[in-house]
Amino acid sequence: MSTPALSDLTVGDVIAEAEYALSRDSLVRYAGASGDFNPIHYRDDVAASVGLPGVLAHGMLTMGLAVQPVVDWVGDPGRVVDYQVRFTRPVVVDPADGALVNVVAKVGRIDEDAARIDLTVTFNGETVLGKAQAVVRLES
Amino acid sequence: MSVNPELQGRSYPPTAPYLVGREKVREFARAVFATNPLHHDVEAARAAGYADVVAPPTFPVVVQEHALAQLLADPDGGIDFSRVVHGDQRFSYSRPIVAGDELTATLTVTSVKTLGGHSMVTADALVADAAGEHVVTATSTLVVRGDE
Repeated sequence: MSTPALSDLTVGDVIAEAEYALSRDSLVRYAGASGDFNPIHYRDDVAASVGLPGVLAHGMLTMGLAVQPVVDWVGDPGRVVDYQVRFTRPVVVDPADGALVNVVAKVGRIDEDAARIDLTVTFNGETVLGKAQAVVRLES
Repeated sequence: MSVNPELQGRSYPPTAPYLVGREKVREFARAVFATNPLHHDVEAARAAGYADVVAPPTFPVVVQEHALAQLLADPDGGIDFSRVVHGDQRFSYSRPIVAGDELTATLTVTSVKTLGGHSMVTADALVADAAGEHVVTATSTLVVRGDE
């Protein structure tokens, strides 16, 4: 797979789209991998006791998966030199039906040696991350 | 209890070295749906010029977590963990993390703001390798909810 070149990009281009099916299993797997064992991410009773609408996906899980379409597009995770998000809405993961998270990645800005990719990340038709931007090092 | 404004500017000692394991990189990659071969296949990573498998972009959260624990445990910090919500997060890299790296994180609180009863605490975790070279800065803003 060849690396995309800056000269082939135009601001506004959609470079990748993906959908991720989260289940409670995904949350348990992420808890173990990351070391974040906050029970609001796997116990309905604890989530309810602190006033949440249900068990939530870890924000860092949503952040972690949302950049994957960009990594797949660029072919090398080491080219992602900067990545930021704001957590704006929770992703509630139903025990039976899970949650579908949708990611659309667009070219936001083109610099001399990098492109900024802007991510629109939605769950149930609403964005869950704000200012989700990945800077990818590329050659012209 | 409220967040101590004097936290701003406070730094904590470097965390104990964290050795990035190959299986940990693979495990973390599976957990964030990262299927790129450079996360999983040592030969593919070496062919691309890396010493070993490459960690996903958000992997430094594992090391940052140890650094933030110092802030949350600070006896006069006034941060009630049960009221903490993750507000935003950023990773700014000097180089990618690969298996075999030994990383330490040094945390500095860069800003404490109060906004409508809530406090926003922003902290930079500077992650360095065994040679002391900068690898990545992990910046988090924690929102500490006030009394309802």
